[in-house]
Amino acid sequence: MTMGAQVRNRLIVWVALMALLALTVALTFAPLGGFRLAASLAIATAKAALIYWVFMDLRTADGLTRIAALCALALLAILVLLAVIDAAVRVSGG
Amino acid sequence: MSTAAERLEPFDLRSQKRRADRFGMFVFLASEIMLFGPLFVAMAVYRVLHPQAAAETARHLNLWLGAANTALLLTSSLLVALAVLAGQNGRRRGVAACLLTAALLGVAFLVVKGVEYQAEYVEGLMPKIGPPSPIAGRAPTLFMSLYFVSTALHAVHVTVGALLLAGTGVGAWSRRLPLPKRAMTVEVVGLYWHLVDVIWVFLFPLLYLAR
Amino acid sequence: MSPVHRPETVEEQQSYLRAGHSLRSWLFSTDHKRIALLYLISISAFFFVGALAAAAIRLELVTPQTDFLTREGYNRAFTIHGIVMVWFFLIPSIPAVFGNFLIPLMIGAKDLAFPKLNLLSWYIYVLGGIFVLYTLAVGGVDTGWTLYTPLSTQFANGHVLTIAAAIFIVGFSSILTGLNFIVTIHTLRAPGMTWGRLPLFVWSHYATSVILVLATPVLALALVLIAAERLFGLGVFDPKLGGDPLLFQNLFWFYSHPAVYIMVLPAMGVVSELVTAAAHKRIFGYVFVAASSIAIAGVGFVVWGHHMFVAGQSPYASVVFSFLSLVVAVPSAIKVYNWTATLYKGDISLDPPFLFAMGFIGLFVIGGLTGLMLAMLAVDAHVHDTTFVVAHFHYIMVGGAVTAFFGALHFWWPKITGRMYNLVWGRIAAALIFLGFNLTFFPQFVLGYLGMPRRYPVYPPQFQWLHDLSSAGASILGVAYALPLVYLVWSLRRGPPAPANPWEAFGLEWTVPSPPPKHNFDTPPVVTGPAYDYRLKTVRKRR
Repeated sequence: MTMGAQVRNRLIVWVALMALLALTVALTFAPLGGFRLAASLAIATAKAALIYWVFMDLRTADGLTRIAALCALALLAILVLLAVIDAAVRVSGG
Repeated sequence: MSTAAERLEPFDLRSQKRRADRFGMFVFLASEIMLFGPLFVAMAVYRVLHPQAAAETARHLNLWLGAANTALLLTSSLLVALAVLAGQNGRRRGVAACLLTAALLGVAFLVVKGVEYQAEYVEGLMPKIGPPSPIAGRAPTLFMSLYFVSTALHAVHVTVGALLLAGTGVGAWSRRLPLPKRAMTVEVVGLYWHLVDVIWVFLFPLLYLAR
Repeated sequence: MSPVHRPETVEEQQSYLRAGHSLRSWLFSTDHKRIALLYLISISAFFFVGALAAAAIRLELVTPQTDFLTREGYNRAFTIHGIVMVWFFLIPSIPAVFGNFLIPLMIGAKDLAFPKLNLLSWYIYVLGGIFVLYTLAVGGVDTGWTLYTPLSTQFANGHVLTIAAAIFIVGFSSILTGLNFIVTIHTLRAPGMTWGRLPLFVWSHYATSVILVLATPVLALALVLIAAERLFGLGVFDPKLGGDPLLFQNLFWFYSHPAVYIMVLPAMGVVSELVTAAAHKRIFGYVFVAASSIAIAGVGFVVWGHHMFVAGQSPYASVVFSFLSLVVAVPSAIKVYNWTATLYKGDISLDPPFLFAMGFIGLFVIGGLTGLMLAMLAVDAHVHDTTFVVAHFHYIMVGGAVTAFFGALHFWWPKITGRMYNLVWGRIAAALIFLGFNLTFFPQFVLGYLGMPRRYPVYPPQFQWLHDLSSAGASILGVAYALPLVYLVWSLRRGPPAPANPWEAFGLEWTVPSPPPKHNFDTPPVVTGPAYDYRLKTVRKRR
């Protein structure tokens, strides 16, 4: 890929990131209730994925580097999931 | 006077060293993610347990300044990504311009954060100091505690990152960092900055968008 | 045994030990072998500090009243003992000394992937150590090494912030060492050194390094939160401010349980090397032993709640953690069976490294079995916070990990220094350590079961005889640990020069001279066969 094409890709990603930012702020004013948290986290994940894939160049990195990049995120995702499930099903007084 | 081969040690090939440098930085970023991770877990659990308190207390945060800060960091990340490309193509002036501007945006982030903290102090939202608090109750207080701890810890990382960006930018400009030979340095510093950005990308909705 | 000062050999003159004589050449060296020795000296100094604290504890416990230390003083003694021994001795011990020295040699590399980062790790360790010594000098801390809230955040009258800073700082030393090992093992293996041919020492250090990188930052955060609460009133752990004291325990143990595997996995890696070398036989079940290291690291991340069975966590969580704590014992047991099977029909030499390995296996099994007992909710409810728990973890940490550290010292000493020590004294030390250790800690199982709480300096008079047995054992143990210091240091000047492979063991480190040259290998090695290929060696004649 030429440098010009690479620059263009990054600019496109930046525009997408800004759009996602606008979206996530707009959703704050929408009546989403309990889905607010899930929606905003999903948008944040999309932004992070773009940053990792293009800005941090995981697109061209080898498998080992990609695993290293995702390891902690995977561990954290499990932790968040388990902790949120525990909190959600917790009986009051427990 | 060390030879080129000696400076490459313990690697034999420059491509090997580059791969190790990139891989090594991602391993380090994994540790940084685990540093902030438990805070995210705490905030996510908090949002599940106290959705009302989160919604009410978050209204005390300045949504627009937070959004502006997010935009600043996202833009600085773009500049850093462009700097890496410039470095790989040996354009030292491009590298310096991008990195120094990105560092400036990082400083701007800190200024905005300072403005926010100042407003929060005046409103009495900081514990122990300032006017009496407008929020009462344990859950709202906890929300503000989590807000201050996570944004302060993040601000420390922004500071470190901005210094690294500035230092690398100056190195590129002064030719002390030969390019494209040492383009990996730009990339590695850049990776750190991108993570600082990613952390904020998650902090922003968890804190500001709870309202 | 000639007491004559033996002159330097040719190997020594060309070795890493002689590449630069100044203090500067040592303190600024990026040679992994020199950094290993820098660590050896620093951790030994802290072992001494921690041992002094232990001596104070055991002296106090000789009588049922507080007549040696005050209650406050006793709290500070066990706190500094735990903090220094865990973070400034055990966690760095085998990885920072033997991992640093041996991993490049074992995989056929010239150094670790990031030599300057390695030196930085040591500098950071020393900085953390300075904070600890400062804290000690100004009076110490009284919270216990576990720093539980709200004592540490609100009520402790010690120097919590400086000790938290010390631990925070030294944590980064750990993280960087782990990072270095991971990248090194992935990128610097010699041609032919596939993952399936790696020494088991390297496998266990790889697993340890993953834990170091992923778990240590959580501790760092927990310490930051303590500081935030103490300094700024950000009460994440304070119920009055909406916080949860149990959150601290969750964060602390999320790190500290994997931390015990940071301490024991390298020890197991050492034992794998010692057993196969002593038996002159390929390890039984290489794949299982390698995989068990990864399994221990993985499962070790999800058992932390077994420290909190009686802390108020949900009973459902306790059941899950109890089950997983039983599961984590399985890969450890697999290792023990494989070591035993390796010895079967082996050509065993009863040298000190072997004796230390046997000591490890015996004591680790006792520690592990009592760990299974503690994993049972009903048993734990009875013995939690008693000396039963103290005995359990000392059997693993001291009986296991420290014994393995000494085993490693006695196995690789000739390689590191180029000198052989007196084997008779080595065997005496191994036996004395084993006996002294059991005398010190077995009575504590009995005491704990009878109800003796941990961290108490006073007790009913009927417990005295057991405490006195334990304290007597501790004095024997003290002498036993001091013994190697004498004969090992003696060997530096007066020991016979060691050949490249004094134990006739298998491994790339034994193919280079003792001590190795600065660049490790004169010609880069190429590996063509599996690990521990003892069939290639002719049968040894018995001495």
